[in-house]
Amino acid sequence: MRRINGRMMTAALLGAAVLFLFVITVAGHMYAEEALVTDFSRKDLSPGGAYIFGTDWLGRDMFIRTLTGLSMSIQIGILAACVSSVLALILGVLAATMGKTADALITWVIDLVMGIPHILLLILISYAFGKGFKGVVVGVALTHWTSLARVIRGEVLQLKEALYIRAAQKLGMSQLKIAWKHMLPHLFPQFLVGLILTFPHAILHEASITFLGFGLPPEQPAIGIILSESMKYLAMGRWWLALFPGLLLVFTVVLFDVAGESLRKLLDPGSTHK
Amino acid sequence: MKEYFVFIGKHTIRMLLLVFFVSAAAFTLVSVSPIDPLQANVGQAAMGSMSQEQIAKLQAYWGVGEPPLHRFFSWAGDFFRGDMGVSLLYRQPVSRVIGVKLVNSLWLMAIAWLLSGMIGFVLGILAGLKEGSFVDRLVKGYSLLIASTPAFWLALVLLMIFAVWLKVLPIGLSVPIGVETGAVTVMDRIRHAILPAATLSITGIANITLHTREKMIEIMESDYVLFARARGESTWSIVKNHALRNVALPAMTLQFASISEIFGGSVLVEQTFSYPGLGQAAVTAGLGSDVPLLLGITVISALFVFGGNLIANILYGVIDPRIRRGGART
Repeated sequence: MRRINGRMMTAALLGAAVLFLFVITVAGHMYAEEALVTDFSRKDLSPGGAYIFGTDWLGRDMFIRTLTGLSMSIQIGILAACVSSVLALILGVLAATMGKTADALITWVIDLVMGIPHILLLILISYAFGKGFKGVVVGVALTHWTSLARVIRGEVLQLKEALYIRAAQKLGMSQLKIAWKHMLPHLFPQFLVGLILTFPHAILHEASITFLGFGLPPEQPAIGIILSESMKYLAMGRWWLALFPGLLLVFTVVLFDVAGESLRKLLDPGSTHK
Repeated sequence: MKEYFVFIGKHTIRMLLLVFFVSAAAFTLVSVSPIDPLQANVGQAAMGSMSQEQIAKLQAYWGVGEPPLHRFFSWAGDFFRGDMGVSLLYRQPVSRVIGVKLVNSLWLMAIAWLLSGMIGFVLGILAGLKEGSFVDRLVKGYSLLIASTPAFWLALVLLMIFAVWLKVLPIGLSVPIGVETGAVTVMDRIRHAILPAATLSITGIANITLHTREKMIEIMESDYVLFARARGESTWSIVKNHALRNVALPAMTLQFASISEIFGGSVLVEQTFSYPGLGQAAVTAGLGSDVPLLLGITVISALFVFGGNLIANILYGVIDPRIRRGGART
């Protein structure tokens, strides 16, 4: 049998990732009510039978809770990935094309944001917004652009020296038109990969900050909250409260990491022959 | 040589400026917060029972009504002189709180930093030696998996295995409960630090491994390695003489630049293990609206992060003469 080539593999992975997102989001919305239902006749059940993730001390079905929690993480993650990568694109292009002052300023801001440990920055932003749900969303959405902005800036700087761009300049095309017609199509693959790879990061950070107790109210099913609640019950041996929700989170992140990486490899001209 | 000192000086000034701006940014963030520091810290009930003068005094202490810029400079000025304010939750000077917590955290972070750096480096070299081999796929798979695992969940899993299930290690805190401070032995401290340090090390390895692996693959495909092989050099001698130095450089930079991530990881890990370090203090300060402490921790951690970057830059100059001569590396 012939080995599956990289192109097919990437397509399959991306398809699986998107399908997975879709299913979880829809399921999360469908079960949103059910995730809050408590039922003391079925509390503290270990996994198996009707409740494959078990139930917690209030008799809530952990599988449904995990699904809803994950679907919310995914929505925040998608929003954050979109906002952050568009921000990165704009700032990266601006830094590379608008002259020295703009470049220095934007590079400076990137260094500044990277200088505060990410979690600490999220705590600060969450505090700035009064420790609510909004703070988490804004924090996660606004802090993931730095490394992608750097990549795009470098790419544009290289592009500026390319022959076809120089030719366009000599032909008298305006800066804006060059950026739009000639640079953006070239940047698109980088941008897409950045977008996909930002998503798992955003999800992880959302889970982390809610785990620490910022943002969401405690009855809300969110992966971070589920896991931080489970800590209290670990010593009693209720391992399933922490194990399965975490596994599903890791699975989501791995899926997107692998899909993004394989897309990057596919688009990278240096490794096309593989 | 003179250029090299100019280079170091420039980077040092840049770092100090960055720290200044980080503190300004952090100060702005806590200033725009709708959380009223007076109410959050004194409490609604206590404020109701206080006299007008007392409230006015407290307001003056907190700088309510003063322009933010003025408040920032008075805070920054005090900070520079070593007075970081008084922590509201601990009722102690912030500098003392941070001092105590920092020592606890430094233990953890230093061990994790060293361990993850060394293990990651060795694993990366082993994997990159032969791309696609069994070892390579194993190491790569492990790194990708760990890179996707949240530190706090890994901490929970390790807790479940070693503390709850096997019962070989304690569940949390940095010292045994109910034992006097004087009676705590070094062994106790070590036992309590094992799990947090292990978690931090395990998560830290992924990045450096993947990076070293890529570099190593690149080197093994280079012409000079091909030539060394043609001369009949053994694999070990190729690694020792040709690869090691070339891989060590970027790996070291990366490791110094990763201080920010170790810091972030320590926040999560300390919270999970209730380990009383700087990270846990940051969470407590954030949740409890302890603004002076939160700001203090932010500035200290920024100092560490930028300090790490500075050391990386300087080391680069020491090891690679091209950079010493060629000015700043961007």
